[in-house]
This record gives sequence, C-alpha cells and structure tokens, in this order.
Amino acid sequence: MQFSENWLRSFINPEMDTQALSHALTMTGLEVEELTPVAPAFEKIVIGEIVSAVKHPDADRLQVCQVNVGHETLQIVCGASNARVGLKAPCALVGAELPGISIKQAKVRGVESFGMMCSSKELGLATEAAGLLELPAHASVGQDIRTFLDLNDHLITLKLTPNRADCLSILGVARDVVAMTGAPLMLPEVATPNLATDNTMPVHVLATESCPAYYGRVIEGVNAQTTSPDWMVRRLERSGILSISALVDITNYVLLELGQPMHAFDLDKLQKRIEVRFAQKDEQLSLLNGNTIKLAQDDLVIADATGPIALAGVMGGEPTSVSDTTTSIFLESAFFTPDVIAGKARRIGLSTDSSYRFERGVDFGNTKHALERATQLVLSICGGSAGPITQSLANLPVRNQVKLRYNRLQSVLGIEIPYATVGQLLTQLGFTFTDQDHVFLVQAPSYRFDIAREEDLIEEIARLYGYDKIPAITPHANLAMLECAESIQNSAVLRDALQSQGYQEVITYSFVEEAWERDLLGNPLPIRLKNPIASNLSVMRSGLWGGLLDVLSYNLNRKQDRALLFEIGSSYHATASGYEEQQKVAGLFYGDFQPEQWSSSKREVDFYDVKATVDMLTHHQAEYRVESHSALHPGQTARIYIDGQAQGWLGKLHPKWQQHYNLAKSTFLFELNVQALLATSVPSYQEVSKFLGVRRDIAVIVDVNIQVQSMIQAVKNANIPLLQHIQLFDVYQGKGIAENKKSLAFLVLMQDTHKTLVDTEAEAAMAELLKILENQFGAELRN
Amino acid sequence: MSDLNHLIAEAQTDFSACLDLPALENAKAKYLGKTGLLTDALKGLGKLTAEERPAAGAAINVVKQGVEQALNARRDAILEAAQAKQLASESLDVTLPARTQSQGGLHPVTLTLQRIEQLFHSIGFDVANGPEIETDFYNFTALNIPENHPARAMHDTFYVDETHVLRTHTSPVQVHYMQNKQPPLKIIAPGRVYRVDSDATHSPMFHQVEGLWVDEHISFANLKGVVQDFLQKFFERDDLTVRFRPSFFPFTEPSAEMDMSWNGGWLEIGGCGMVHPEVFKHVNIDSEQYRGFAFGLGVERLAMLRYGVNDLRHFFNNDLRFLQQFIK
Repeated sequence: MQFSENWLRSFINPEMDTQALSHALTMTGLEVEELTPVAPAFEKIVIGEIVSAVKHPDADRLQVCQVNVGHETLQIVCGASNARVGLKAPCALVGAELPGISIKQAKVRGVESFGMMCSSKELGLATEAAGLLELPAHASVGQDIRTFLDLNDHLITLKLTPNRADCLSILGVARDVVAMTGAPLMLPEVATPNLATDNTMPVHVLATESCPAYYGRVIEGVNAQTTSPDWMVRRLERSGILSISALVDITNYVLLELGQPMHAFDLDKLQKRIEVRFAQKDEQLSLLNGNTIKLAQDDLVIADATGPIALAGVMGGEPTSVSDTTTSIFLESAFFTPDVIAGKARRIGLSTDSSYRFERGVDFGNTKHALERATQLVLSICGGSAGPITQSLANLPVRNQVKLRYNRLQSVLGIEIPYATVGQLLTQLGFTFTDQDHVFLVQAPSYRFDIAREEDLIEEIARLYGYDKIPAITPHANLAMLECAESIQNSAVLRDALQSQGYQEVITYSFVEEAWERDLLGNPLPIRLKNPIASNLSVMRSGLWGGLLDVLSYNLNRKQDRALLFEIGSSYHATASGYEEQQKVAGLFYGDFQPEQWSSSKREVDFYDVKATVDMLTHHQAEYRVESHSALHPGQTARIYIDGQAQGWLGKLHPKWQQHYNLAKSTFLFELNVQALLATSVPSYQEVSKFLGVRRDIAVIVDVNIQVQSMIQAVKNANIPLLQHIQLFDVYQGKGIAENKKSLAFLVLMQDTHKTLVDTEAEAAMAELLKILENQFGAELRN
Repeated sequence: MSDLNHLIAEAQTDFSACLDLPALENAKAKYLGKTGLLTDALKGLGKLTAEERPAAGAAINVVKQGVEQALNARRDAILEAAQAKQLASESLDVTLPARTQSQGGLHPVTLTLQRIEQLFHSIGFDVANGPEIETDFYNFTALNIPENHPARAMHDTFYVDETHVLRTHTSPVQVHYMQNKQPPLKIIAPGRVYRVDSDATHSPMFHQVEGLWVDEHISFANLKGVVQDFLQKFFERDDLTVRFRPSFFPFTEPSAEMDMSWNGGWLEIGGCGMVHPEVFKHVNIDSEQYRGFAFGLGVERLAMLRYGVNDLRHFFNNDLRFLQQFIK
C-alpha cells in the first residue's frame, strides 16, 4: 500500500522524522518497501505570473516575459510554447538549484534573463512534460511552490502481510503508529448531515450471513461534473490512484482513508430496490472494466429488480455506474465476510482495491461511519441533499476473549517483559482486557481479524516491545548422538567420487522441454505442469540426460571442447496412486578421454572409460545387459542391473541425437538410481590364508557374440572348489583366429585355505573350468 | 725379487686406461690371470729354498695386494661412472605437467548446502527430505494456509493437478517429519523449491533449507541465537549479527524476517518463527508441552554472499567457466 506521509501525519504526528518513522514502521511489522520524496530537494522556486510576453528580437522560439513573483517583477527569457500572459507557473529565482540545473542571471541571445519558468519535468515531478507547469488561477503569486503543491512530502510504500488487513488504510496505519508510539490519534470530524430529502431505496439483504451489514443512502441533486479539490486529487495520486470524477474520487478517498470500500450507483438507473443475494443460474454482469462475466451461483451480487448490478465487494456494474450526467446517487457501504469474497476476484482474473480488502477483512465496526464520511464529502464537493440511511444488520463476527498468560508470553519469547508493559501495549493497541493472576483476558477490536489465540497476542506484544530487544541465546539441550549406519552411505560420497574422476557437477531445472521427455527418453506421458513458466519448461523430467545435453550444448557454444558433467537430482514419475520421485545420478562424457597434454596420445572417450565410472559407483556389483534405449547407440547400450533389479543405463549417445545436438565427437551417458548405490556392507574379517595361492592362465576361443560377463558369471556360479578369482586379461581378434571368433585370456587364482595347493588339484580345477566354458559357450582351448 | 714392485705402478697405468669392465678384466689377466706376471712369480717360489720362500712369498703378496687394490679401485670407478651416466640419462624435467584427467568440481549450491548441513550436524541436526511434487495438504493446509487464504496468493504456485503442486517451500518436510517422530526434534530439510517467477533476481527453481527444533523449552530468543550462531560460523565472521523484523507466515507465530548485518547495512536472508499451534495440531504434538522454532534460508542467497556471485542466473546456466571457479 502506498500513501503520502503528510496524509498519515494529519492523523497522527509522532515526534520522529521521516526516516525514524519509516524505520519504526518496518520494525513493528509494517515493512516500508519504498520511501521516496515527492519532489527532489530544491528551493527558491515560487509561483510566478507572466504579466507580459514579447517575442525575443533574435530568436523565433523565445519570448521575453515579465514575471510577477510577488515582491518584484523579473525579466525572464522563456522558450516554452505555453508561456503566455496571465499564466501562473513555477518560477525558479536566481540562485535556485534544480536537478541538474543551477539558475544564474544570464544573457539569452543578448537579452538579460533573471530566472527560469519551470515545467514539471524540470522540477523533477515528472519524467516528461510538454511545457510550463500550469498552475490554477487561485495560486497566490510569490508563494513557495513546495508549500503550494505540498511537496515536502514522501511516498511511503508498505509491503503488508496478509494478516494485517486492518492497515490497508491511513486510519489503520495511524492506529498502528498509536500502538507503537502512544501518540494521540486525530480523526477528521464527521457530522451527521441534515436530511434534506426523505428519498430512500429499499434494501433487501437475502444473504445475511455473507453480508451481515449493509448501509445505503440516497443523495439527490449532486453536481457530478464538479472537479475534485486539489488536496483530494493529490492524496489520491500519491496513493497511486488517478482522479476520475468527483464522485468516484470520493469513494476511493474514503476507501484509502478508512479502509471501507464504497460504491456509488446512479440512482436513476436503479430499478425499484437493492438486493444482496447469490447469483442465479445463467446470470451475467457487465462490469465497470468493460468485461461481461458469467456469474457462478456462489458469487454474491448486488441486484436490482432487473438483475445483478454489481459483484459484491469486487466491482460495480457498468450500466448503473455514475457518470457526468448523474444527478442522484445511491451510496453503498457494506460488510461482506472474507470467505464469500476470497478467491472471487482471482477467478475472474482481477484484483480490485475493494476485493483485496474484503477478502482480508474490513472493519465491520466502521461501515456506517464510512457512509457518513462519504456523505459529508459528497455534500461538500458535489452538493446535493442526503436522505436517511437504509440499513440491514444481521449477525456480525464476534471477537472472542483471548487468554494471554504472562508466563507463557515470557517463556515463548525467552525474555522478561515487565508486567505493566504488557497492559500498556494492549491498551495502545486498542484492545480491551481484564487481568487476574497474571492472565490477561483480551478482546480485540472489530478491525483486527487476526487475533484469535494466545500466540496472536504474544506476537503483538513482541513486535511492539521490539524484536530488537530479544537477545540471541543458543539453546541448552540434552545431547544424544545421531544414528549413523555404516552400511548406508550419503549421496555426498557419490559426488566426491565423481568429482575425483574429473566430473563437474551441474544443477538443471526439474521441468524440461516436452520433446526431451518424448523423443530422447521415450516417455510419451510426462507429468505436465498446469501453469508452466515457459513452454520449454512444461513437463517434469523422468531422467536427467536432457539437462546434461543442454548444458553440454551451452558450453560447446562457448568454445569448450570437452565436458565431463554430472547431476544428482530427482526424476518424477506418475504412478497409479500419485507421483513418485527417484533420486538419480547421471553423467555425461564428451570429447577426448583426457585433456590435451604432452604425455598422452589423443583419443576419444569410449564405452569402457565410462563403464569404469559406473563400476566404481556400483561398487563393482553391476551387471550389464544388452537392452535398447531411445537415446542410445543400439550397439553400445547396457542396462545396469544390481541384485537383479534394473537400476540404470550406460551407453553412447545415438548418432541421430549426436547430429541433433550438433556434437562433433562421441558422447557417453549414464544414469543410475541413487538409492541402489548407497547401500554397502559393513566389512567382515575373513582369516587370511597362511598358504600361498596359485595362478593359472587359460585362453579360449569363442564366437564373437558371446558375452564375457556371462562366461565369468557361469564360472562363479559353478562354485569350483579352490577357485577364488577369475579375471579377463586379454581379448584378441584377427590373424590366427577365425572370423566371427575371438580369443579370450583369463587369469585364474586358486587357493586352499588349509594346506598348500598341489598341482594335480589345480589342474583338476582348471579342467572343470574349461568344461564349463566348452559346454555352455562352445569354447575351445587355444593352443 | 724386489724387481716386482714396479708392477703396481704399471698395473695402475694399465687399469686406468680401461674404460669398461671387460677391458679391465683383460688388463687384470696380465697380472693376475693364470699366466699373469704375479701368478708366474708365485709359481716361481717353488724354485727357492725353504729359507728364502717366506720372505719372497710375502713380498709377492704385497705386490699382489697392491695390484688387486688398484683393480678394485678402478672397477668401482668404472661402475660409479656408469651409474652416473645412467642417472644423468634418466633425469627428467620435473616441472613438466603431470599426466592428468580433468579436474572435477561441485556446484556452488552444493558446496553451500554441504556447509550448512555440516554446521547444523555439528549441533545434532538430522537431515530430512520430502517430495517436491507435494500435495496441497502438506504444502498449504497442514501449514495453516487453508484454501482461499490470501497467503496462497503470495506463493506463485506451480500446479501439477487439482491437488498437487510443486512445493513452494521446504516447510512441508516439517510436517512429514513430525508425523513420524516424537519430540525432541532437530532437523534441517534442504532441497529444491519452485515459484512461478523468473527475472534477474528470481529463478522458477531455487533451493531452501528449512530448519526445525522442537523441544520443551525452545524460545524465540533461542531461534535468534541459533540463526546468529549459524551465520557467524557460515561466513566465518564473529561480528555478524541478526536482526528480526516482524512478519507473517501462517505456520509460525510470532514470525520474523531475518536480516543479517552486512557491509554496514542489513540483508534479508530468510523467514522464521515459532511453530504455530495449528501446525502442531496437524501432527498431534501437544503445543502446551512442546514449543519449536522453524526457519527457512535461501541457499542461492547465501551462496551469492559467501562467494561474491552477483547474478542468480549463473547458478542455473551451468557455464563451465563459472562452475570451475568453485573447484577446491
């Protein structure tokens, strides 16, 4: 909420300067978001009247003016097109300092000039101006312009929290300043008007629960064409509201001053009566903003005999609005409950000053007073005759007594507050209370919608007592150690491992382009956001590769030629019962295996380089199965299984994607479920054998498409006695080996834990091993 | 027999002329070989009388020892020279760069999160996690933000469907955690959060750390104490102070915005407050017996201050020239 400091000070004027007031507001919970002077600092600018103007002898566009500045008449050369005899405008005297300009006595094209007539731009009041700032005829010549335009003022913008609807008015802010300072509140005097007409408009409130208070009054014979007074226009403008017409300005003014939204209907356009009711099926309303809306049956409306004429608490209708030709009005001041207004404005895509206040809570104790205040302003500005108030009253909200325990207050805050201070602060807040045995029974006023429980009062006392007075004290606590399972690693271990392998961590968005999901990851039905921030961030990722490839492209466009990237983050999956998130770790390796260097020959990264990283992350427990993935090269893809469960993928980016991303070199990708990687086992000691083991090597020839992993697994599964370890150490294809065949060489370690192994035993084991390879894989021993 | 003494000098000369071990072996033969001069001389002893023999023998042995000494000295010299030559040939420019893989690194947001976790872990905070696609209930209702509450409008929420949102804060993790555990509780909940907001100072995805401490005697002053202690340790500056400004969050009361003293001014670093009794009610914790505080810190904000990063967008552009500045 934005308003003029001077307006606030007309309600309450504590002995503190602008900065101190602003700081105090912020520190009691009304955060001052912006504080700006209405005008830059300048002086020696007074109201001048042009008494004569003749063309400059040597310049077509200049005039030589004689300007009356009160105590003297000055000759001023002026180039403004609207400079003319009789015009009153700001006049900067010699010695004045304007933003960027110092006014000196000068010769302009040979003619002496003793000052400068000013535009609003030159005064720093506007960013653009067409000519001199034209002042009204009643402006008094010689008066300081700062006084005349009330420029010694500041615009205060409060960032109010939703609970403080009571501060959405000058009165409300002033009340909070009373609470913080105890300074006296000065309210405008509002007298009950003489009832010069007995004209009324019948009011029927059908929805009394949603509209427990409705006051209305006819005012006849108003002059709708009169202009609003300067002070009102200025206060409205300084609150960010443009002057529209006297009647509209008055309702806006009362809204800002007292926080009560008002509405003025053109009486002549109303049919028979006013109803407050819920909309009926298929009713429509054409709003003041030009839109016609279809009403829902939970929309509260103001209606006349013909149908809805206003969306209650949100916006009036166009057909019954006041205009220049209006001569009689029906003024409305009502209380609509927050829950009936909440969400309504948003549903039709707007937020009005009225709905903003009603959905947060408008003071139901001030409804009638606001109507009297508006009547007073209408009568004094537009003239006319006021009729009696028609009212409808039902059950207004009740402010229950709230208990505040002095001990609880102190223990929650962790400080001591003098008992008397609590009572004093409650009084300054305008709360009524009784206290007995250190328990206060407090009743909040009608404008406080946020005081319903003890904590609400504790917060009130704390903010007024001063959060600054609450010391920073570290707590005392019972010390118990945290659980620390050795068999479960933290994902930080994965980060460290990848980092040490040369991978750089990145963090990419969880929402991605739909095409990445559909085409790259083969996910035709990704989780879609209803309101994405951009079309390329519209679905939730089910895998992390899209983000990594995007980061790769970004960096290749910036002259990088290699990249090792990884990310650890969630992937998102729709399930029958809702949504599931899985932590994934994904990596990308692009370009040469090593950075260019003198000591290694250059080669591109290959499958087995990246497989080493996957082996490390999986504690060498991974099983690699040939399966296919839409993002990967069909001949260089492995699905990764751990304990028989599919946990990820490893492979080379498919050439079509390589082309799509315009990648000059090979790209390898992997992705694994983090959960599967964190479980490890607590080491358990096994006796180290006193006897030495035996190594035997064996080379066999098999078909090229036989998978080594399955051969090793078969050997392990056979549980050959003494055999402890088998490992591939050579693969050969080519000369000496038939086409479609390959030679594999394994080293085999054998060990007897009870005695030294003898050759015959070792040979028997090797024979058994060979038999398995022959029988299951068609292997032949290589000579 | 005195004429044999000159052999020592002769042998020394011969040996000195040898440049390698085979040459030295050849030269040795002339003196000590089967038909060498000294071997012959020893054989000649047989022709002497028994009285002459010991003295003559001793004299030959002195010469023989002299020759052997010359031989060994030369052999050592040759070996030493050969080794010196080998060492010289094997010497490297030790200043050449090492054979290397590229240097990996962690994202500055991760570094910041790890630092936060480490500090809170040091006073016994556990790390808790929760879903990012969150139900309306956990993200709002259980945090005392009922439907149509104006506070929902403050959140700029991404909707997934009628009842699911991308969590707008890490506070729902509090609720999940308290549903499953009984006080006393000390947790932090780090993670990604989402708001429909994107400009120079807002990212639609960013990171928060939620902190929660529930125990019998926890106070607002304790909240200030813990946050101030954390900031001082995080920034390694004893002079940092925390300022609380009254604010409003439906799930805490009293609530505060936290400002940190920084370069002579104040910087907003998050929101906090005492856990609201309505929140305790949702998780069946007796708010008469227990109290708690909760706070939420913006991780990117802390990272920017800690590392002097001037633009939030750097964190999600993932430019390697940016990221690799954080390699430790």
